[in-house]
Amino acid sequence: MAEFTLNEPMLEMYIFETNQQLEQLERVVIASEKSGKYSDTDVNEIFRFMHTIKGSSAMMLFNGISSLAHTIEDLFYYIREQKPTDVDYSTLTDLVLEVLDFIKIEVVKIKNGDDVDGDPKEIIDEIKAFLNDLKADLPKDAVVKEKPASTKKQQYYIATDKSAKPSSENMFKANILFQEGCEMENIRGYTIVHNMKDHALEVYHIPTDIIENEDSSLYIREHGFDLYLVTKKTYDEIYDMLMKTIFLRQLTLVQLETEDEFTQFRSKKPTGPDPIQIPKIEKSNTVAPEILPEASNEPSGSGQVILAEAYQAEPESTTETISISLQEDTEKDDIAQKADMTSSDAQSVASQKAPSTAKQGSSQAHPSANHAPGSDSNATTQSFISVNVEKLDRLMDLVGEMVIAEAMVTQNPAIKDLEIDNFQKSAGQLHKITSELQDMVMAIRMVPLSTTFMKMQRITRDMCKKLGKEVTLALIGEETEVDKNIIESISDPLMHVIRNALDHGIEDAEERLKKGKDRVGKVILEAKNSGSDVLVLIKDDGKGLRRDKILAKAREHGLIDKADSEISDQEVYSLILLPGFSTKEKVTEYSGRGVGMDVVVKNLESVGGSVIVDSEEDVGTTITLKIPLTLAIIDGMNLKVGKSRYTIPIVAIKESFRPMPESLLEDPNGNEMIMVRGQCYPVLRLHRQFNVETKITDFTEGILIMVEHDGKSCCLFADELLGQQQVVVKALPNYIKRKKRITGLGGCTLLGDGNISLIIDIGSLLSNTDGM
Amino acid sequence: MKNETVLDLYEEEDTQKGKFLTFTLGVEAYGLEISYVTEIVGIQPITEVPELPDYVKGIINLRGKIIPVMDVRIRFKKKESEYDDRTCIIVIDIQDISIGMIVDSVTEVLSIPDHEIVPPPDISKAQKKYIKGIGKTQDEVVLILDCEKLLEDDELDSFGRFEP
Repeated sequence: MAEFTLNEPMLEMYIFETNQQLEQLERVVIASEKSGKYSDTDVNEIFRFMHTIKGSSAMMLFNGISSLAHTIEDLFYYIREQKPTDVDYSTLTDLVLEVLDFIKIEVVKIKNGDDVDGDPKEIIDEIKAFLNDLKADLPKDAVVKEKPASTKKQQYYIATDKSAKPSSENMFKANILFQEGCEMENIRGYTIVHNMKDHALEVYHIPTDIIENEDSSLYIREHGFDLYLVTKKTYDEIYDMLMKTIFLRQLTLVQLETEDEFTQFRSKKPTGPDPIQIPKIEKSNTVAPEILPEASNEPSGSGQVILAEAYQAEPESTTETISISLQEDTEKDDIAQKADMTSSDAQSVASQKAPSTAKQGSSQAHPSANHAPGSDSNATTQSFISVNVEKLDRLMDLVGEMVIAEAMVTQNPAIKDLEIDNFQKSAGQLHKITSELQDMVMAIRMVPLSTTFMKMQRITRDMCKKLGKEVTLALIGEETEVDKNIIESISDPLMHVIRNALDHGIEDAEERLKKGKDRVGKVILEAKNSGSDVLVLIKDDGKGLRRDKILAKAREHGLIDKADSEISDQEVYSLILLPGFSTKEKVTEYSGRGVGMDVVVKNLESVGGSVIVDSEEDVGTTITLKIPLTLAIIDGMNLKVGKSRYTIPIVAIKESFRPMPESLLEDPNGNEMIMVRGQCYPVLRLHRQFNVETKITDFTEGILIMVEHDGKSCCLFADELLGQQQVVVKALPNYIKRKKRITGLGGCTLLGDGNISLIIDIGSLLSNTDGM
Repeated sequence: MKNETVLDLYEEEDTQKGKFLTFTLGVEAYGLEISYVTEIVGIQPITEVPELPDYVKGIINLRGKIIPVMDVRIRFKKKESEYDDRTCIIVIDIQDISIGMIVDSVTEVLSIPDHEIVPPPDISKAQKKYIKGIGKTQDEVVLILDCEKLLEDDELDSFGRFEP
């Protein structure tokens, strides 16, 4: 269940990414306002950011943010498609900024572990009004196919209209037990509540503090999750809905005849229709009524806990007291646990404000037991820090420098002939530490793709549920390490590509069966190092791209003017990468607006990568994200030619050997060749290619390295192999790049001893030998 | 060889005005506006890079930064000379490009007021384009380099080499 334990990092990631996007978005908006108009690029940009925020927020169940982002997206979709001329840009900017502020506040709340309780309704209404005004200005024939209002306002625990209750309302009590080891019970509980509130008039649950108190999952694990519903739906309907819960172990659903069990909730929240406020309101009540007996699903009247919690909202306030009295001992465990939860929760809050008062509260319960969980929840927020990559670069440089300095000391000619055991020992120790340090620094920047890939699992699952499709996502090579920067810029593209694959690519189960395919769709997400690139392939076995449809759409938009037959499949498929290009008639929650692939390309281009689309109708589509190695670490083989060092990516090397004189050939033009196992390969002398002086010019004295790229092979001649090493690829200095593009060189790297090694780009070297 | 930074140049902008780092190539003294200079290091092991003009000696590893180095002697069509203990690499930073200049030796930092700088005479052909002025100090003259020009590509390069 690895994907679920990843929830914490995912939240971190979400907060980090959203913050970044908000920042960028703000920049764009403000720049646009300054320039007095929103250019197409800006509109696309805003649209994209909102799209991403919407997507990731929905994934994390922050529906307020998601629906708000969606509304803005609608607005900019309209602007992008219809290009209305008389837009009141200042109002528009105000609106967008208002939205940004709202989301920012919400994200801060998420970060602090507070409840996400903002209600975006006002802003949404404002935006809609603005959009309607815009539309009103437009001639009737230009009606936009507007997305059906999935922006429906959030309905939280609706407790309105209590007095006049129609007879059709049913009351239920459900006890839900989750499978053991499924983790995050509290979140699962919240998901149920979240799902039910669309169907129920009133929803209450025990434990009440599932979101803000992580310990509540312990309680749920043991006693189940209690849900109280008032709804117009029938017993069966509710039962069916609840049965859909993931990891459900046991469900007990009882229809209640009286309202008795509800009074405990209602008495506590006389007004609040907003659910998220429940916990807070509870806290502000000086005396909470008896809640626990029923809550624990045990025979009633066995135990009572009185919670008295004075909670003052002023930030500077430090008064926080908890008094808990156990009146009976019969249910001690249960109650104690409850008390733990409450006090540790309070403690985690209090520890930031006033540790001393918190102790006072917790000491009355179980001081030792509740300390750990309280501090735990605090610690998770600090387990990540975002570090400026520049600092990491600097650190790496410094470590490199230190390695050289170390060599200078330990191999100093002055001490070379002295035999000092003690010194040798210390030097060995120093060497060990420095090389470990070097490895570590390298490793800091490299992140395996697995976290990102796991995120895709989650997306696949969610989408399958919503779309009613069955798809398995297979991950291959997720251990491939990629530079941190690259991870950040491929996470979004991946998400879009996967969504596209699921939404458009994979057919419905029936259709698949009809086509003779396996009922369950398959998407393969594969990462691999390939020569000088890292490739991320997203392969689906869906219906593939329709060449004719894409062409038709392209003509409609005037994107192509060549005859159909003149356009290669590659060209056609790459059309889908253009902004706003979508053959989908229907815009769904996930895709179809044609933003997706645009984001993919843009993000990849920012790291110098590219996207390749390949497809076959009814067989599937493969989208390849090609990421350059500039930032990546490669496994390289270091060679020596004269005084120079060169590095060849290991993946390109097939074998290395010292040739027999009789296998060498030379054609009349002086081109040298070698026969290896009946095959003839050209030989390229590196010392000649790179014009290096070396004493070793005879093939039998040096070594030949057979390399392959794109199916072409060649033997390189070098003086000797120095060994294999993981190297960080650095680009050649700008000055040199500006001067000339050097054939056969892909970059350079620093060797452990501080020397520079030039990285051979096998691809360009081989293509250059074509002319020979 | 020592890597130490000879000068610490993180000074205020305005204090750098009118200050020149002087170095020698053979007998002439050259000056370089100090704001360009990031550091001065001793001669380092240079990694040759193929297919470059001969005055670009290669690249060096400056604390993890890869920097190209240019032999100013060759750039100015002077006779190449062996590098020794006095040889320095002046690392300059122009328009986001870092480059090291190999010079015979670094002399000092001089203040040359604007009125002491005269435009170069028209006659000096070969080196004129790199010199933007001639500064006068008490007892000698300093040729003030135009760093931007130094980095520009000159197509005449391959022919110009045969001129005296």
